[in-house]
Amino acid sequence: MGTLTDTPFTTIDLTAESVRELNRRLHREAAVGSRWRIIGSMGRHNIAVGLAEKLTVEIDGHVGYYCAGMNQLADVVVNGNAGVGLAENMMSGRVHVHGNASQSAGATAHGGLLVIDGDAAARCGISMKGVDIVVGGDVGHMSAFMGQAGRLVVCGDAGDALGDSLYEARIYVQGRVRSLGADCIEKPMKAEHLAELTQLLADAGRADDPAGFRRYGSARKLYHFHVDNASAY
Amino acid sequence: MTQDMAAQGLRESATFDRATIHAIQRAAETGIYDIRGGGAKRRLPHFDDLLFLGASMSRYPLEGYRERCDTDVVLGDRFASKPLHLDIPVTIAGMSFGALSAQAKEALGRGASEVGTSTTTGDGGMTDEERGESKSLVYQYLPSRYGMNPDHLRKADAIEVVLGQGAKPGGGGMLLGQKISDRVAGMRTLPMGVDQRSACRHPDWTGPDDLTIKIAELREITDWEKPIYVKVGATRTYYDVKLAVKAGADVVVVDGMQGGTAATQEVFIEHVGIPTLAAIGEAVRALQEMGMHRKVQLIVSGGIRNGADVAKCMALGADAVSIGTAALIALGDNHPSLDEEYRSIGSAAGYYDDWQEGRDPAGITTQDEDLARRLDPVKAGHRLANYLRVLTMEAQIIARACGKAHLHHLEPEDLAALTIESAAITRIPLVGTSWIPGQQL
Repeated sequence: MGTLTDTPFTTIDLTAESVRELNRRLHREAAVGSRWRIIGSMGRHNIAVGLAEKLTVEIDGHVGYYCAGMNQLADVVVNGNAGVGLAENMMSGRVHVHGNASQSAGATAHGGLLVIDGDAAARCGISMKGVDIVVGGDVGHMSAFMGQAGRLVVCGDAGDALGDSLYEARIYVQGRVRSLGADCIEKPMKAEHLAELTQLLADAGRADDPAGFRRYGSARKLYHFHVDNASAY
Repeated sequence: MTQDMAAQGLRESATFDRATIHAIQRAAETGIYDIRGGGAKRRLPHFDDLLFLGASMSRYPLEGYRERCDTDVVLGDRFASKPLHLDIPVTIAGMSFGALSAQAKEALGRGASEVGTSTTTGDGGMTDEERGESKSLVYQYLPSRYGMNPDHLRKADAIEVVLGQGAKPGGGGMLLGQKISDRVAGMRTLPMGVDQRSACRHPDWTGPDDLTIKIAELREITDWEKPIYVKVGATRTYYDVKLAVKAGADVVVVDGMQGGTAATQEVFIEHVGIPTLAAIGEAVRALQEMGMHRKVQLIVSGGIRNGADVAKCMALGADAVSIGTAALIALGDNHPSLDEEYRSIGSAAGYYDDWQEGRDPAGITTQDEDLARRLDPVKAGHRLANYLRVLTMEAQIIARACGKAHLHHLEPEDLAALTIESAAITRIPLVGTSWIPGQQL
């Protein structure tokens, strides 16, 4: 019996086929365990969106907006940079970008693992709802804004207003935090947090030392409307 | 009481009337703005300011009880391979499970399905009850993405990208802690009991060019089957409609400031947005200028109460209307039989709008299980179906009187404006004249 890695790739060239045809085939023809290689991506939008089976999709080149949007179960690899809304609202599976990602990477995602080897721009993990995001480089301003659940790991620096209006998402940053957003505070790194961070870094294939990270979370002062918090609303 | 005051020579200020004085006192005591449900309460230019010109010598009416007047509508046939075919042009607006009880959502689905129209989800996702009981269900895609699930997107019959609503254009939603039950919290991935804040703009796109790509993404995910609506709160409607059409919408929904909300600041409801009457004209002009009128369908909502309102929307150029507040009233909201209970929580039947508090004795705007159980979804659904039938029959009566064999055949020429204000807003001549303010006689 062969392994998954023995399965041959089906190659689709987006200079010859449309994104619509690609997605149609990935939705209707792709069997569980099948492997797809996409070439000629040329920054096109909406590549490999709405996947709902355990497939492997490798994209050789840059991708535009919403690559792997709403992913379920599939393993998507981008050998290039990604545009706005990478893996937005992902439910499960794994998305790995070997380059940088534009703003709103992992926005509102409910589950799965998003790995960005390079930097992620503003609002990385905005309104995240359970996804785990590991960024090898820096993240831009307002990252994890209104983050509800899940973990954001930043191996580089974080921009302004990190974790603004945070609910229960947890944030780990190895580098410098330019500023914290409303209701986001630094919290002690306990053994359980070191353990989960160690696991996340390992899952993302990173060698960073967990001991060098700091943890941030919600002060939970904005959980109920109150006049004393008026300036923060 | 008022006469007694007048007899004593006491005079109420038009500027500082009793409601205003009470609002100032409330603000001074609590230090936080007032939050309530419903839409704008102030008097606004509305459909009552228009009249139909029934047929007589110069027009030929249809026989009221014998000749056909069709009411069906197709929504979303611009790009979607599976557009919605509805029997009546009155749909149920988006209202969330969370804002409403599961029983109320089920009742809305039952009532709408009984008469062949659609209902709509809201913030927080899709419940099994409403999917199960809704023949045609529109799935709202909102800035918060609470409960947003691609499986639900695929189960829906249409997708509505919500940019705003008439009660609070430019504002995000809120759901106070009293209504964040275990189930609501679970669906929205929130801690139980928090005062939920909803984002006011989408997290992964910021302008009309981005929206074009977002709509394309939704189409790709659903294999170009589902109609895509774009809903805007009425403000700069002319431009918003043009941009929505350019972005690829199949259907545009325009919600005027009389449209309701489950919970918003009073000052927002009363002072932001424009009346529904004003928004329709702007929307239709935008569609006509683009050559897209009747190709991209227009749904209008905000203050629709009776069949005359429905017919007036059709005559002004809408393809369908949506009702929210009126649907809740049909389910049993503000029923006089509950007056004593409304009074016990500081309100009265006919006035109750504290939908944010979750103490609704009618079992509609609550997550309290005991209260919610009071609403029988089957009976309430049937009441809604009755009301929808009446709206439709009333609109048909008017259309036949104007000689129209389909509600969509109604046209501006069938209308006269009762006030100079409404004539200027709608560009319908003032009654008894051929004058439209701003245009030469």
